[in-house]
This record gives sequence, C-alpha cells and structure tokens, in this order.
Amino acid sequence: MKKDFDFSVVDSILKKYPAKELSTITILQDIQEYYHYLPEEIFPYVAKAINVGEARLYGVATFYENFSLDPKGKYVIRCCDGTACHVRGSLPILNRLRETLGLSEKKKTTDDLLFTVETVSCLGACGLAPVLTVNGTVYPAMTPEKALELLDELKAKEASENEQA
Amino acid sequence: MNKLKSREELTALRDVCQKAFAAEKKKILVCGGTGCVAGGSLDIFARLKQLLEDKNIPVDVELADEPHGDAVGMKKSGCHGFCEMGPLVRIEPQGWLYTKVKLDDCEEIIEKTIVGGEMIERLVYKQNGEVFPKQDEIPFYKKQTRVVLESCGHINASSIREYIALGGYSALEKCLFDITSEDILNEVTKSNLRGRGGGGFAAGKKWASCAAQKETPKYVVCNGDEGDPGAFMDRSIMEGDPHRLLEGMMIAGIAVGSSEGYIYVRAEYPLAVERLRTAIAQAEELGILGDNILGTDKSFHIHINRGAGAFVCGEGSALTASIEGKRGMPRVKPPRTVEHGLFEKPTNLNNVETYANVPMIITKGADWFRGIGPENSPGTKAFALTGTIQNTGLIEVPMGTTLREVIFDIGGGMRGGTKFKAVQIGGPSGGCLTEKDLDVPLDFDSLKSVGAMIGSGGLVVMDDKTCMVEVARFFMNFTQNESCGKCVPCREGTKRMLEILERITAGKGEDGDIELLEELADTISNTALCGLGKTAASPVVSTIKNFRSEYEAHIYDKRCPAGACSKLKRFVIDPEKCKGCSKCARNCPVNAISGQVRSPFKIDQDKCIKCGACVSNCAFGAVSEEA
Repeated sequence: MKKDFDFSVVDSILKKYPAKELSTITILQDIQEYYHYLPEEIFPYVAKAINVGEARLYGVATFYENFSLDPKGKYVIRCCDGTACHVRGSLPILNRLRETLGLSEKKKTTDDLLFTVETVSCLGACGLAPVLTVNGTVYPAMTPEKALELLDELKAKEASENEQA
Repeated sequence: MNKLKSREELTALRDVCQKAFAAEKKKILVCGGTGCVAGGSLDIFARLKQLLEDKNIPVDVELADEPHGDAVGMKKSGCHGFCEMGPLVRIEPQGWLYTKVKLDDCEEIIEKTIVGGEMIERLVYKQNGEVFPKQDEIPFYKKQTRVVLESCGHINASSIREYIALGGYSALEKCLFDITSEDILNEVTKSNLRGRGGGGFAAGKKWASCAAQKETPKYVVCNGDEGDPGAFMDRSIMEGDPHRLLEGMMIAGIAVGSSEGYIYVRAEYPLAVERLRTAIAQAEELGILGDNILGTDKSFHIHINRGAGAFVCGEGSALTASIEGKRGMPRVKPPRTVEHGLFEKPTNLNNVETYANVPMIITKGADWFRGIGPENSPGTKAFALTGTIQNTGLIEVPMGTTLREVIFDIGGGMRGGTKFKAVQIGGPSGGCLTEKDLDVPLDFDSLKSVGAMIGSGGLVVMDDKTCMVEVARFFMNFTQNESCGKCVPCREGTKRMLEILERITAGKGEDGDIELLEELADTISNTALCGLGKTAASPVVSTIKNFRSEYEAHIYDKRCPAGACSKLKRFVIDPEKCKGCSKCARNCPVNAISGQVRSPFKIDQDKCIKCGACVSNCAFGAVSEEA
C-alpha cells in the first residue's frame, strides 16, 4: 500500500453522494471508472467516509463481477459469451485472443498493461453475434481472424501514439 | 422550459407537439439501438444531417414549437428490432426501410429518396427474390403485433415531446385527475397482466397487496437487470421508449401509494442508462415527474441504480439488497418483497416490460388488453430471437403464438439452410424445446407444461451442429459462476453438476453419470434458496429428457454426434491422399504423428490433443476430422 496515495479524486467522488451505505456501489463504480480498477488504498478511506466496515466494503467489491482489484490494461477487450454468441462461435475468438496475447482464464492482463481480455455473459447485442467490445465500443459479427486484425490495429495505434509522445 | 402546472397546460403542450409531429411530413429515422450503433448508425445519422444542411434543407431533430412545413425530421430512434439487417434507416411518409446502410449510401438517400422521392432498391429488404420496400410488409414485421414496442423505432428515443405527441402521459393524466388508485388496481387486476420477468405472477394481485400494506414509505422498483444471456427486450424498451417505462412506474406509484421509484439497470447497458437519465431529466423539467406533478398533491421521484455485474441481482431480494449498497444475495422468503422489500419497506417490484404495458391498459382499458392472446395469459410478449436463425432481432407477438410461427415465419427459418434442432427458451432457468414442441403456444402455462418457461423472453435457436450436452455445460458453467454462494445446494450442487458435464464433454463420462445428474438436479431444485438455484438444473434436465441419446453417445461411445465437442474430435490421415511429406509430424506439438517419409503417416489417438495443427499444415488435405 502506498503511503502517499492521492485521495483528491476519491474525495471529489465521495462529495457527490450521500455518505451512507446505499452509495457503496455507485462510489466504487465511479472510482473504478477513473482508475480502471479499485486501488487497495481506497478501502479504509471509503469505508470510514460512508461509515461501513472495511470488510463489508471489500465484500461488495469482490462480490460483483465488474469490480477489479487488479489494474487493468489500457484496452479492455470483453468477449461476449452469452448464449447467442456462444452458439455462433465466440469461444474460438476468445481462445485465439488469449493465445496471441499469452493470456489465460487466470491471467487476464498482459504484463505491459496494454491489454485485458475478459468474458462477459451477455452484452445484449445478440443480433450481431458474436460480438466483443474494446473499452465499451461494440464490434459486431467477429471471427478469430477479424479479432486479430483488430488487435493489430490497436497495437499500431499504440505504436504511433508512442512515436508522437 | 416552464413546468406544467395543470392538466390544461399538458393538453396545450400535447396540441403543440401533435401539430409539429404531423407537420414533419418527411422523416428519416436512424436506428440508435445498441446493435445498429455498433454497426455505425451514429455516423450515418451525422452524415445524413450534414448532407441536408449542406443543401439548405431545414432539419428538425426535436419537435419545433412553430412547425414549418418543409423541414425534414431527423430522428435517432430506438431499436427497430431487425438487428440482423442493421444499420437500419426508416423513411417516412413512405414507410420504407433501408437495411445494411453504409456511410457511402447517405448521399444517394438524400438525393434520390428525400429530394426525389424515389425508392433505392439496392437498400430495401429482399427475401427469396421478392422485394419488400415497406417495413410493415416485410415478413419479419408482418406477423408481429407491436404494442409495447409500438413506438420503438418510430419516434425520437430522446424526445419527451414526441412521446407526448403520440398520446404519452395521457394514462398518467387519467390516473391523476379522472380515476382513483382503487380504479387503477381494479383495471390492472381485470386486465390479468402477468409479470413479464419470468414467473408470470399477476401484476394486479401484487400491486393490490402492496397497496394494502400499512407501513410507509413504500417503493416502486423496476427490475432492468436483464441478465439472461440472449435476452435484450428490456434493454430495447429502456433505450427506445424510456418514457413509457417511467409512465408505467408512476402509475404504479399512484396505485400503491408510493412516491419513490428505483430502476435497477444492468451495468452492460450504458446506452439504456443514458437514455433513461435524459428521459427523467426531461420529465422533471416539465413537471411531469417530481413534486406536485401537474399541480396536484402527488409526487414521484425516480432514481437509477447501475448494476455491477451479478446475475443473481435479477432476483427480487438480491436486487433490493444491491440498491441498498450491499452484496446482492437473496434472502429467505417470506416475508415477500411487497411486505419487506427495499429498505425493509413495502415494495412493488416488476420488470421493465410489465411496467411498459401499464399505460396502454389504462388508456385502452382492460378489455382491450384481454382481447389479445389467450384468456389466462393475455397481451403480447417481446422476445429476443437469436442463434442460428436467418432473422435475428427483437420481436413482439401476441401470447399464444406458436414457436413454429416465430421461428419459421418471423425468423425466416434456419441460417444457411441447416436443420432445426432445438430452441432454448427462458435462459439459464429455462429449457430446450425440440421439433415436437414447435406447435406449443408461447404462453406462461403451456410452456410450463412442457418443462420450459417464458423467462424474460430470450429465444436462442440451435441447429444440428450444436451439441446439446455442450449447451447444458454452457448454462451450468454460467449458473455456477453466478451462484452467490449463500446456500449450499446451489453453491456446491452446481459445481458438482458442472464437473460431471465437463467430464462427459471431454470424453471421460462414466456409466451412471446421467442418473447422478438427475439426482443432483432434483435435490438442488427442491432445496435451493432462490429462483436462480431452484431452476439452475433446468437446462440439464430438459436436455437429458429430449436428447438422452446424445448424452449416451458421449459417455459410452466417446463420440459427439454434433461434432462440436473438440475433445471428442478424432483426426485421421487419409492414406490415399497422404504423400508422406512428414510436415504434420514436424508440426505436431505432442509428437503424436509418426511414419516413414514417402509413405502414409498415422496419428496416435492416445497422444493427440486435438489441436488441429496437422489439418492446417497439410498441403494435400489429407488430414481431416473423422465424422
């Protein structure tokens, strides 16, 4: 845990909601939206601010699928594995992505923190199955090949950004 | 805009809106549902608008106070339903539907269609050589009855003025000024509206029992946590016609005596959250929502809660716990949610589609509603039609329509000419229906009698290349992941069932596995705490019932009849075609292939890991999967 963690972002989020237990999920969602994960430093801080036990807060954070205690990659790729996507072949796409990035069910994020590959049970875009999203943008009617092309595009984009920087 | 302070002011505004709506003769409705947005519909909208402006043609995005006759209405509508053919663009007044529209088509649409009034044949829907320019004539739409989805795709989804122009909030008006809360309860009870979220509990009964509770405050909660994979009806309503949901909830509030409403929306539906937020802000601005609605003493506030990714939160008591900021775990019932719901107070909980039915029941009457569909399940039902079917999308049909009509008439039959095998209905809690069940009417009671349930309305169609044991494993994997862990039967039972199914699909099934699955299923459904657990085994039970031989083929013959289970694949080398080049042997990661150069090679099935590297490396097409 970092001693000098800057709580200014957390403070501004806390200010927006009533300091009560019922704000728990909303506050965690906002914090995660900013950091892309929940840094461990925030737990004692938020727990105290909304007057719930730290364990209870941790319980909520680990109960819900959307919260992550580990840093996520810059590009979060979510492969839909809902029923419709599943029967139209979403698994080969997921496997190919994981293979290419050296990831697995356990290891979800690349070491350079560039890519995270996760599954999601249904995005509700079943008409376009199989789909995946990159940071929330939906890519319809995917195939393993198209997924790799997308990955190359993202890598190229990243490389050109680095060049400019 | 000023707040409306009386009924008369709402009537006056409606008048203005209706005039403006009628004045917009030419209209371009670009689908702004999640599906079409993914296909690039927002760019198409922007381009079309730009092209009109470049030509100095006046454009109306929002209804104007002073209609000017020659403006072209440019609307981002809700989901048209025909997601397969997206992005969709509807042209009015002709009622043409342009499908699979690309950015490059925009210029032609403006030139030919809007300016010239000509239809572009290339963009309209065709089926078996027949051309269907008009949306209503396309077979996919023709057989539907759109009541709840009536305005989805026909109005600007982010405009309260368009909703009002089409008679929106007149049901609320009636409830505020003409009838008592007792009358509302009677009308909803008489309509026999049954909850669209799964169980089909009578809404009128629930409302009345919430109204009868003495404790205050009371809450009205809307379940928009549409978690069933393969279901997106509620999403489309929230995105495409959000005011209808708000109006339904407000009427429920008046009926049960509550002034606070909560909508719990899945985290995966960001667009729905955005549209609902806009709708709430618009209604508050007009004084239709908030304190002293339309100058009366009635107040109603609506809050939005975003889910955080837990399927179990679709269960009533888990959902209310989640709104309270706790872990979404179901609790023992009774007391029921109507007695002890949100914040331990009486709570009326219905799903999106149920509330969305209410305004129509109030304006058109219970008798009208009962005139649609069968006696014991009146009304319509929205279904999400997906899977290996020609026309995927969102449909709405009268209850009692048969599966055959839905799959073959509306859905257009199987995709790529494959053979129909089964349809999964009701998501992870439902069951698989087969060929013999195709004429079963889709209503609450008929489906229950064949071991399935309507659930929230996902219909996933599967062809003969789908392995039913794999499907059962898929659903069990889903439920196992989503089990909240509170009660033992669900937490441990689903895990054991999943292990068995994984074994079977990996070719390691044993004699007695089917019986063990059945026994576990029976125990779990009898002892689990909540609906998720009680129905967790349904997909397994129904696939065993309908496809027992497939289970047996996996267990005894180590064979997957559908050829879908990769671990049961067998790769063989055709000695006729093999030239003995040894490339496959060199590329095999586990050295399972051996042989003499220039004579046919062989695969050792015990070593083979079914990776398929040999198939893709053979230049002569000699390696293939054994049928």
